[in-house]
Amino acid sequence: MKNCYIHSAVSISTQNTFETKGFLTEIVEHSTKKIEAIHPNYKNFISPSSLRRMATGVKMGVAASSKALEIANLPQPEAIITGTGMGCIEDTEKFLNSIIANKEKFLTPTSFIQSTHNTVAAQIALGLKCKVYNNTYVHGGLSFESALLDAHMHIIQDEAKNVLVGGVDELGNEFIDHVMMMENNTENGLKVPFGEGASFFVLSSDKFENCIKIKAIETISSASKEGLILRLKLFLSQNNIGPKTIDAFVTGQNGDGFDTYYDKASTLFPETLNLHYKHLSGEFYTASSFGLFIATQVLKHQTVPKSLINQGEFTKPIKTVLLYNQFKGRDHSFILLERQ
Amino acid sequence: MPNTELNKIKTPRVAITGMGIISAIGNSVESNKKALFASENGIGNITLINTIHLDAIKVGEVKLSNEALISALQLSENNNFSRTALLGLFAAKAAVKNSGIKDISAYKTGLISATTVGGMDKTELYLKQFESNPKIQKYIASHHAGDSTQKIADALGIIDFVTTISTACSSATNAIMLGARFIKSGKLDRVIVGGTDALSKFTINGFKTLMIQSEELCKPFDANRNGLNLGEAAAYLVLESEQIAIKENKPILAYVSGYANANDAFHQTASSHNGEGAFLAIDKALQNASLLPRDINYINAHGTATPNNDLSESVAIKRIFEDKVPDFSSTKAFTGHTLAAAGAVEAVFSVLALQEQVVFPNINFETEIPETGLKPVTELKRNQIQNVLSNSFGFGGNCSTLILSKA
Repeated sequence: MKNCYIHSAVSISTQNTFETKGFLTEIVEHSTKKIEAIHPNYKNFISPSSLRRMATGVKMGVAASSKALEIANLPQPEAIITGTGMGCIEDTEKFLNSIIANKEKFLTPTSFIQSTHNTVAAQIALGLKCKVYNNTYVHGGLSFESALLDAHMHIIQDEAKNVLVGGVDELGNEFIDHVMMMENNTENGLKVPFGEGASFFVLSSDKFENCIKIKAIETISSASKEGLILRLKLFLSQNNIGPKTIDAFVTGQNGDGFDTYYDKASTLFPETLNLHYKHLSGEFYTASSFGLFIATQVLKHQTVPKSLINQGEFTKPIKTVLLYNQFKGRDHSFILLERQ
Repeated sequence: MPNTELNKIKTPRVAITGMGIISAIGNSVESNKKALFASENGIGNITLINTIHLDAIKVGEVKLSNEALISALQLSENNNFSRTALLGLFAAKAAVKNSGIKDISAYKTGLISATTVGGMDKTELYLKQFESNPKIQKYIASHHAGDSTQKIADALGIIDFVTTISTACSSATNAIMLGARFIKSGKLDRVIVGGTDALSKFTINGFKTLMIQSEELCKPFDANRNGLNLGEAAAYLVLESEQIAIKENKPILAYVSGYANANDAFHQTASSHNGEGAFLAIDKALQNASLLPRDINYINAHGTATPNNDLSESVAIKRIFEDKVPDFSSTKAFTGHTLAAAGAVEAVFSVLALQEQVVFPNINFETEIPETGLKPVTELKRNQIQNVLSNSFGFGGNCSTLILSKA
């Protein structure tokens, strides 16, 4: 069995995370319920002819992955794996609306072609002329974690020496409003806005000084709060980790009624620095990829921007980080990181 | 890994212990088998979707309405199942039953399902009513691709590893491949793998814009093929570590002995002229199975009957097998192209081929493609079959190959 290390982490998000060397030095405050990503100049990453056809998610995914490969100094990965909850919803809406508006007549294929969930991974492969393993996970709040689990398995089982893996979701224009309407009608609905973004990572079996190891990752489809605590305890003991070893506990808290899962889990780590991020990134099915991004930056820079702190104080070096995310009380995931 | 013998002993073989299917040629494994043996296709005019293309296409519809599926599955009236979820649960339940599983939590069990359309059948009906009609708002939550998988997992009582794959028409093959990797790694003891896709106006019109749908019965690998017939289906297989299957005294239907995934990296929708992605997938799957081309006795081809796919796949097959191309056929003329479900549908057919020691015919074939001169098997053929190779290729260059072997 090999070990799995993070060689690069890149995020295009609703915060200034892409075209900056700093780490959340200035927080962008959002006052709307739907927040768009801060988009870089995509021409620096994508040819104009390709760019014309690409929807937001594809652009974000291709640009973020391209920078992740560049930082890791990796021209060609040995696997390309993505996760997306809603897939290419912009082009899906576009094609669907032209079907409805034109009563199935005079349709053109471009938006249909670009609407399939695997478009981002496919466009990355096409851009790199990269013929390796290529997969896309589309499982709601576990879309990114499923991709990460596959990538992790590739590395530890030596099926690949390095893997490009990422999570991406775009807001879209129409369906999101229906989702928001339902959320607004729910008691104890989301308190953070809906967002979008793309976070990509290069994982490798090669170790270097101070690099971050993905020690373990686990996903659970459904669990009661009590069951979840048992699973979390088991996860820690299987990795020979006591609760006190965790220096930062990062949760996907979003203000809805299911935050009680995080509250309950946090009781296992009463003395641990408790971090959150969805108030910055917004909520979307692959928001947890932004969570992994901020966890890697905390470990790398050994700083904790105030805006991330939910509870506790940043007083000592951070070596071990545990992330826990769930969505609406299901699709739970644990990711355990360790700075080498 | 220095000690290969030891590694071989440690890595469990992946046994298939159950399967379930619902397709245009039947609602059970038995009825699908019967149709395959009788060369009876399930392709016809569309009846369940209101489309202007009624006379311009032929499709492979499942012969049960949503109401019939809801009643068969004993779902409550206020359920928010898309047709994709209905078909999926119907086939997954049958697979679990076929595997003789009494207690799903007795072993660490996962579910990996594939879909491309997800809840699109409802979204395309109700998109403009979601805001105003409270009765149909329940379908907003069932649009995303993971929804059908979650519903299947919850109904079967699978609480651990559950995920959904969407790589266009190779999706279910990737689900089977991931399941096999999980069994081999010891992360799961048992995993239900497969895929489900319902027909939708969205996909019908999408393929229509690409001008690759036939007005007639499709003719895979024929020189005069003129496009595909879309279909709908769901199929699932139960994979278990061989030790557990033996310990439980279960009949083993077949083994998953090899798999691979590669990307053509040529075009978003078209396959390359030299079939590079397909070639790589087949080649890597043979290596993964430690088999040589001559060990393959039957290829269940992707064979969609589009001009582009069948030529590209034929070229790839010839590159691998040279002048010794084994018996091959596409079964898509029976079921239609069932998109995300296709890899699982054809894995079920491949298991049947191994169990019955037959090659299923490539119906509607008349004339060889001049560039390659390959002739598929056109009549049911009895033969000794040890290993079947099954291809699935999709948009985005996704190419995957499975090798299944006789129990």
